[in-house]
Amino acid sequence: MFGRSLTTLAALCLVGGAPLAHAQDKPTDPQIAHIAYTAGVIDIEAAKLAVEKSQTKDVVDFANGMIRDHEAVNVQALDLVKKLNVTPEDNATSKALTEAANKKRGELASLDGAAFDKAYVENEVAYHAQVNEALENLLIPSAQNPELKDLLETGLKMFQGHQAHAEHVAAELE
Amino acid sequence: MYITCSAWRLAIALVLPLGVAQGQAETVQVIIDKLVFTPGTINAKVGDTIEWVNKDAIAHTATVKGRWEVMIPARKTVSQHLDNTEAVDFYCRFHPNMVGRLTVEK
Repeated sequence: MFGRSLTTLAALCLVGGAPLAHAQDKPTDPQIAHIAYTAGVIDIEAAKLAVEKSQTKDVVDFANGMIRDHEAVNVQALDLVKKLNVTPEDNATSKALTEAANKKRGELASLDGAAFDKAYVENEVAYHAQVNEALENLLIPSAQNPELKDLLETGLKMFQGHQAHAEHVAAELE
Repeated sequence: MYITCSAWRLAIALVLPLGVAQGQAETVQVIIDKLVFTPGTINAKVGDTIEWVNKDAIAHTATVKGRWEVMIPARKTVSQHLDNTEAVDFYCRFHPNMVGRLTVEK
């Protein structure tokens, strides 16, 4: 569900559709900064839920890794926007991301045990895949500031790593 | 006295070459920057030390599945002494898209 929403979002953004219609055909740097930061916060929130609910060491370790990495990168992102004197700007994509994440978190919160582990890890694979697609096809090509672009590129490698890690954990759960 | 000095000279003469031989052990630096191991292919000898230098703001590992793992915290350097010959692929357990190859020879 969440993955599908993001795909739709990415597709809409790519064709300059509804969510970003007012921003011409691509997001501005302040919007990109906000989207990237929001994407990190969403994963941290999901991970906190997993740490709270899961009894499986691999899942809890993975979730703690998500919290550690995304918090570190978001600190870097905040340092960068401060340095660049850019104020992250809320936008339709960030709002839609948050809305979809809240819905997903509600679904996850209603699950327990192995069903929770499976749903959480599968969503992590799908979520990272969709964010990677948005980073590669929309956010990185649209970023104007070289330092922002650089941070997004590092973020992409990290997200790709998380996707691979989530796939490993998912395989272990099978 | 004279004998003692000679004995010392002999002892030093015998020990020095050994010292030089041991001093050949090298330190190989592997830089981790933006989720990439550089160099990605490491060739070392038994007795050498790898210095894993993590320049990223996030923690990494150098892991050889089922054999060993070195934890490399954010912005830290961790040393690993190479005791055995081996030819292995390693990766970061947190970001398995980070990979490298280590060959340790006698």
